[in-house]
Amino acid sequence: MKALLLLSPQDYCLIACRDLAQGSTVEFAGQHFTLTQTVPTGYKVARCAIAAGEKVLRYGASIGSAVQPIAAGEMIHTHNLQSDYLPTYLRESGAGSKSFVSQENAND
Amino acid sequence: MTELKGFARADGRKGIRNLVAVAYLVECAHHVASEIMLEFRRQSGPEVHLVGFPGCYPNAYADKLMGQLLTHPNVGAVLLVSLGCESFNKRALEQRVAESGRPVHTLTIQQDGGTRASIAAGVDWARQARELLATQARVPMAWSELVVATVCGGSDGSSGITANPAVGRAFDQLVSRGARCIFEETGELVGCEQHMQLRAARPALGEQIVAAVEKAERYYRVLGHGSFAPGNADGGLSTQEEKSLGAYAKSGASAITGLLKPGDQPPSGGLYLLDVVPDGEVRFGFPNISHTAEIVELMSCGAHLTLFTTGRGSVVGSALGPVIKVCANPQTYARLSEDMDVNAGRILQGEATLDEVGQEIFERLVAVANGMPSQSEALGHREFLLGYKSFEPLGPGCLPV
Repeated sequence: MKALLLLSPQDYCLIACRDLAQGSTVEFAGQHFTLTQTVPTGYKVARCAIAAGEKVLRYGASIGSAVQPIAAGEMIHTHNLQSDYLPTYLRESGAGSKSFVSQENAND
Repeated sequence: MTELKGFARADGRKGIRNLVAVAYLVECAHHVASEIMLEFRRQSGPEVHLVGFPGCYPNAYADKLMGQLLTHPNVGAVLLVSLGCESFNKRALEQRVAESGRPVHTLTIQQDGGTRASIAAGVDWARQARELLATQARVPMAWSELVVATVCGGSDGSSGITANPAVGRAFDQLVSRGARCIFEETGELVGCEQHMQLRAARPALGEQIVAAVEKAERYYRVLGHGSFAPGNADGGLSTQEEKSLGAYAKSGASAITGLLKPGDQPPSGGLYLLDVVPDGEVRFGFPNISHTAEIVELMSCGAHLTLFTTGRGSVVGSALGPVIKVCANPQTYARLSEDMDVNAGRILQGEATLDEVGQEIFERLVAVANGMPSQSEALGHREFLLGYKSFEPLGPGCLPV
């Protein structure tokens, strides 16, 4: 069974086909990545180095912008990628999320 | 050639189920309506389903949706349960159902002797309605008479790779046979608007689609919350647009024929987008507080059944129409297999192709349309949810001429 899947030739990320353990080395099309953290099924791994502010492509389309430099083989998720549309809500964010607060402040 | 069979209605449409709908017209009548439905739970023969609107204040959207849902082709007879003092125009609704050729009766708890007497009268009426429906047989049904919806709930990083594009393959096959197919949630299509515009059958429709997605983004921005749940992030999705691109795959590759709002009927075969985000200023809260409200809106557009893709593992079904579960994630399937109809996670494991799973979804859909219970149906799921909204009529170019 394959470890990683490329959805579109332009993509900056590969998708984990199964849970991939931290420290393991996985191969895709001749490239080898040693994983610095566990990557669960369906999560994304950077296929190449991505600069802060760069748009990250999946399905050949942008899924948001990198908020920090991302190394090849690093997992891409909410800690290093943000939406260019609407903020991502996490349970830790709490109800009455950030954009509500910033909008209230904007009205002050 | 695969054949469909359904129940003929006086209005010329055909249903894939033949059930009695018991509808409460305010939350105060919910218990009485529920007790009537429970009397027939797990009995063989025509099913009795519970639907309703909880609000006491009037709402044009709720009026329209209750009218469409209680004349839905899967519904054979209707019992309305009113408290008596609520705002809902029950006489207009009763007349609408009667004009559609369905048996209909209204109970008013304040006039009919209270809780116990109303339940007894409702059970009697529903028993007779079931006996009448039990005498009806299925007749041949054309593909052009079938309306199929799709939603996704509990999406994860696998949804956009497996279950959603597999449903897209099934949608392509249905559209090519002349069925009417509906996908939805403009708020879950934020980021896909330019691509959808390219697929629109007419330039004016393309502009309306872009405007609908921009409206959704504005609406969610005011609410401070996109259509993104913490479980999506637990499943590996990072942003709204990543979730959207995966969800969009359910629509397949056909041209987009039209744009609908809740309660609008697709006039001919083809692929339609349902705009579920209210028009005007933000009122009444989130567009849909959960996916059940979306399934209800899809059924108000005539959808006979719903293809529901899930990565995290939704277990819901629906009143009025079957829900078929397509599971995106092989690990979720292993935990919840009894709740799932199709295991699309096999694609991720390299054990099946998108085309094979698309064909499996299509074949399951035909079997369920012809009477086989879906998994959620067999487990007794009959969720229903209808709230307050406001919409303006469809703009020019939304429907095929």
